Amino acid sequence: MLTNFAALEVGQHLYWQIGNIRLHGQVFLTSWILLGALLFFISLGTKKMENDPKGLQNLLEFLWDYIRDLARTQIGEKVYRDWMPFIGTLFLFVFVSNWGGALIPWRLIKLPSGELGAPTADINTTIALALLVSLSYFYAGLSNKGWRYFEYYVHPTPIMLPFKILEDFTKPLSLSFRLFGNILADELVVGVLVFLVPLILPIPVMFLGLFTSAIQALIFATLAAYYIGEAVEEHH
Amino acid sequence: MLAFNFFGATEGGLFDINATLPLMAIQVVALTYILNSLFFKPVGNVVENREKFVSNNIIEAKNKLSEVKKLEADLMTQLQSARSEAQRIVGEAENESDKLYKEALEFANNEANASKEKARLEIESQTSAARDQLSKQADDLSELIVNRLILEK
Repeated sequence: MLTNFAALEVGQHLYWQIGNIRLHGQVFLTSWILLGALLFFISLGTKKMENDPKGLQNLLEFLWDYIRDLARTQIGEKVYRDWMPFIGTLFLFVFVSNWGGALIPWRLIKLPSGELGAPTADINTTIALALLVSLSYFYAGLSNKGWRYFEYYVHPTPIMLPFKILEDFTKPLSLSFRLFGNILADELVVGVLVFLVPLILPIPVMFLGLFTSAIQALIFATLAAYYIGEAVEEHH
Repeated sequence: MLAFNFFGATEGGLFDINATLPLMAIQVVALTYILNSLFFKPVGNVVENREKFVSNNIIEAKNKLSEVKKLEADLMTQLQSARSEAQRIVGEAENESDKLYKEALEFANNEANASKEKARLEIESQTSAARDQLSKQADDLSELIVNRLILEK
């Protein structure tokens, strides 16, 4: 029973077939559950907003303030307002996914194939997020500065051009693989440790995993905000 | 395309990229809009209204404080001028009473002197009258004595 509980399944997915497209069902299942919980708490906390905040509203306001500070320091006073919901959504999505994957004992739920876990431990999710960030910073730069956005590629000298073009590829690559690798590695380490020593020993690693998860969410949101801030920054 | 076989998985693998990617992207975009209307806008409104309220109150309080200080300074000058005015009035009243006292004293002195002089004059006249009378009586007596002596001879 214990071996069943702690069995390792890597690279196995619960496939959903719709027409001739195939989906990783376990990713959507966990993300729907976690996002449902997130939206439930948010609607609960914003249902009766008061000028004198209490309970859940306090927490949400703290969160809002945290995200605002993050967006404002990275993007700048001028346009951070437009991008705050996106940055905040990235942060909340990654954070909820990471922590949800680490805190909820998904392995108790048996699937015909694959297993439930953090949605961010799937490469599709992290690439989707990273590509959204890429699209966002291109859009931010073009909508704020028009064609002058491409001055950024030859700033401060045209020698930078190949490196800056390369950066456009490395940015989504590093964003997606950092998140994917960290979360998957955390799940694997905990899984292996639980498999080998089911008692006590995995607990510090689990705490480390929680720490990593939170840090990864912060890093992802901060970098996304930084890229957008870089794109809208005015060079003089 | 990128489906490697990891850990002997017959199908899929760690890097199995498929339609999950675009669908997850769409889901995140949708989540952005939902969170914007459900979380970022309402909470932002409340927080920013409160920040505005607090900063307005601070500005108002500062204005009131400066007004209070101005009024206080005003009052101080008024108080000072009232004090000096009172001092002036007191001084004037003291001078006045001093003057009145001196006048009264002088008047009383004069009166006393006048009545003393009058009394002295009266005493003098009465004394001279009495002396006249006395000398007259003495004359009469001496005449009488002389007459008697002459008659006896």
